[in-house]
Amino acid sequence: MMDTVAGKQVSNGVNVEALLGARDALSKAPQAAKFTWRATCKWMHGTHSRTSVKGYYGLGQEQSHRTEFTFDMDHPEVFASEDNGATPVEMVLTGLAGCLTAGVAAVAQHRKIQLRSVKATLEGGMDIQGILGIDADVRNGFDGIKVHFEVDADATREEIEALVAQSQKRSAVYDILTNPTNVTVSVN
Amino acid sequence: MRPIRTTVAIIGAGHAGLAMSRCLTERSIDHAVFERGEVANSWKTERWDSLRLLTPNWQSRLPGHAYAGNDPHGYRTMAETVAFLQGYSRSISAPVLAHTSVTSVRRTDDAYLVSTTQGEWRSRAVVLASGACNIASVPALAAGVPSTVASLTPMQYRNPGQLPEGGVLVVGASATGVQLTDEIQRSGRPVTLAVGEHIRMPRRYRGRDIQWWMDAAGILDQRFEELDDLERARNVPSLQLAGYPDGRPVDLNALTSLGVRLVGRLAGLRDGKALFSGSLANQAALSDLKMNRLLDTIDYWAARAGRGSALEPPRRFAATRIEASPPLSLDLTRGEIRAVIWATGYRPDYSWLHVPVFDRKGRVRHDGGVADSPGLYLMGLQFMRRRKSALIDGAGDDARELSAHLERYLRASGRVAA
Repeated sequence: MMDTVAGKQVSNGVNVEALLGARDALSKAPQAAKFTWRATCKWMHGTHSRTSVKGYYGLGQEQSHRTEFTFDMDHPEVFASEDNGATPVEMVLTGLAGCLTAGVAAVAQHRKIQLRSVKATLEGGMDIQGILGIDADVRNGFDGIKVHFEVDADATREEIEALVAQSQKRSAVYDILTNPTNVTVSVN
Repeated sequence: MRPIRTTVAIIGAGHAGLAMSRCLTERSIDHAVFERGEVANSWKTERWDSLRLLTPNWQSRLPGHAYAGNDPHGYRTMAETVAFLQGYSRSISAPVLAHTSVTSVRRTDDAYLVSTTQGEWRSRAVVLASGACNIASVPALAAGVPSTVASLTPMQYRNPGQLPEGGVLVVGASATGVQLTDEIQRSGRPVTLAVGEHIRMPRRYRGRDIQWWMDAAGILDQRFEELDDLERARNVPSLQLAGYPDGRPVDLNALTSLGVRLVGRLAGLRDGKALFSGSLANQAALSDLKMNRLLDTIDYWAARAGRGSALEPPRRFAATRIEASPPLSLDLTRGEIRAVIWATGYRPDYSWLHVPVFDRKGRVRHDGGVADSPGLYLMGLQFMRRRKSALIDGAGDDARELSAHLERYLRASGRVAA
């Protein structure tokens, strides 16, 4: 979609009108806003697993991706693994990067800012004494995540900072990582 | 016994109800103002001891009243606010029925039945001016605070002397949270402040009170029809301001300088442990950006209005300081924290309003204060008709417009008033 500012067309490839329409519709029918996201994971061999996503629930009914997506996860050779894919913690960084970057594009479109390039670099620090059970005072997960954005856009530095700040405010994965979530695991 | 008749029932004799009373009197529309206590009851009985208005004296204009004292730039104490509103009530001869609590409002065929502790009334229109801050909104997770720790709402809090010695967790960093944090920290009780979305605001800018700027530049007069996202504007947190006589700031940097520890939004309480969001740095960044946009607007207006040269030059404030890794949890069972204060907002109490006007979140559906029931009006809500609607200074313009609407309603629905 295109927006015109002072004769200039802005297109970041995000259909903001559709998103705003959905927001309006869903605020009147909040039940349809309830989504369930799913993933299925199969053990392959060793620390190698394959996760696939296809169906999800939303807008009051079952939905489906255009195609099934699969993700191989493994651990690298320094962990004596075969390195058939990214580690699960790298997948978490991948999720955060994808969510924040989509947010930057959507907010930019809404604010009529033309993006030229957006690059996010992520780092998660981790002391593996936690997962190896060496020191009970060390947590398993990241001790912090750093995200660095390089954004080239027709905007002032403050406007770009505001884009990045707003994308965090509206990000699902950012919320998942910064706030506690109940995780319930069952077995057959 | 037959109900007593009046044309309009105004519920609440605070600044909003009194402003409406004055406007109805000007239109010769007979009415009664029902007040559960005395004039300015909430200001008198439901606020902490040190609170002062967040707006300067000159700014509390009401229909037929302008400040004439010798301290236009001061901030009223609660006692002064109560005296001011009682004086206003007398000066406009408001027909206030004190100690008359409304227990129920129902719609009849073409009118409203107002039940009170002093009998039944029937009115053709009703104005809900009972305030937006009747109940402290406390999140459900508050139930998880260990019994060894005191848990208070700002409605229960009066002064730091009420609190046990030791650490205090203040949840919420809007106007109430930052003011209580300031005085509790100064009382020698180390405060941990849980900070979610907040609106940073300097008390003074370029030699003038920030309220002067927002008034002069027309920001407070911005109308509800002009906004893209009214829902958002009506839910913006209150400004981080205090009305201290020394004008000291209460932003996060000022509090950090006093020794207050900042943590993220309180996101959970598990096994006596408070869990804080890791979003503090972004909340602070969003707030700094928002403040700077407001200051840009002000500077732009000042330059265009030719005000620039008479004032101090523009400046920007230091970014909010957030430590590199703010704590993500705090064990409330360890004895370090002795009290928790829930500065997590307020909401109106409409438990007595039995008219089907509520949305799914329990708020009255309305269009600029005209409720979704014929002859029912609201006053004093956040951004009801303009940005200043919730201020004392905002009641006048809203009452003038809504009283005009109300008079048209009375004419259209049959008999003319009075």
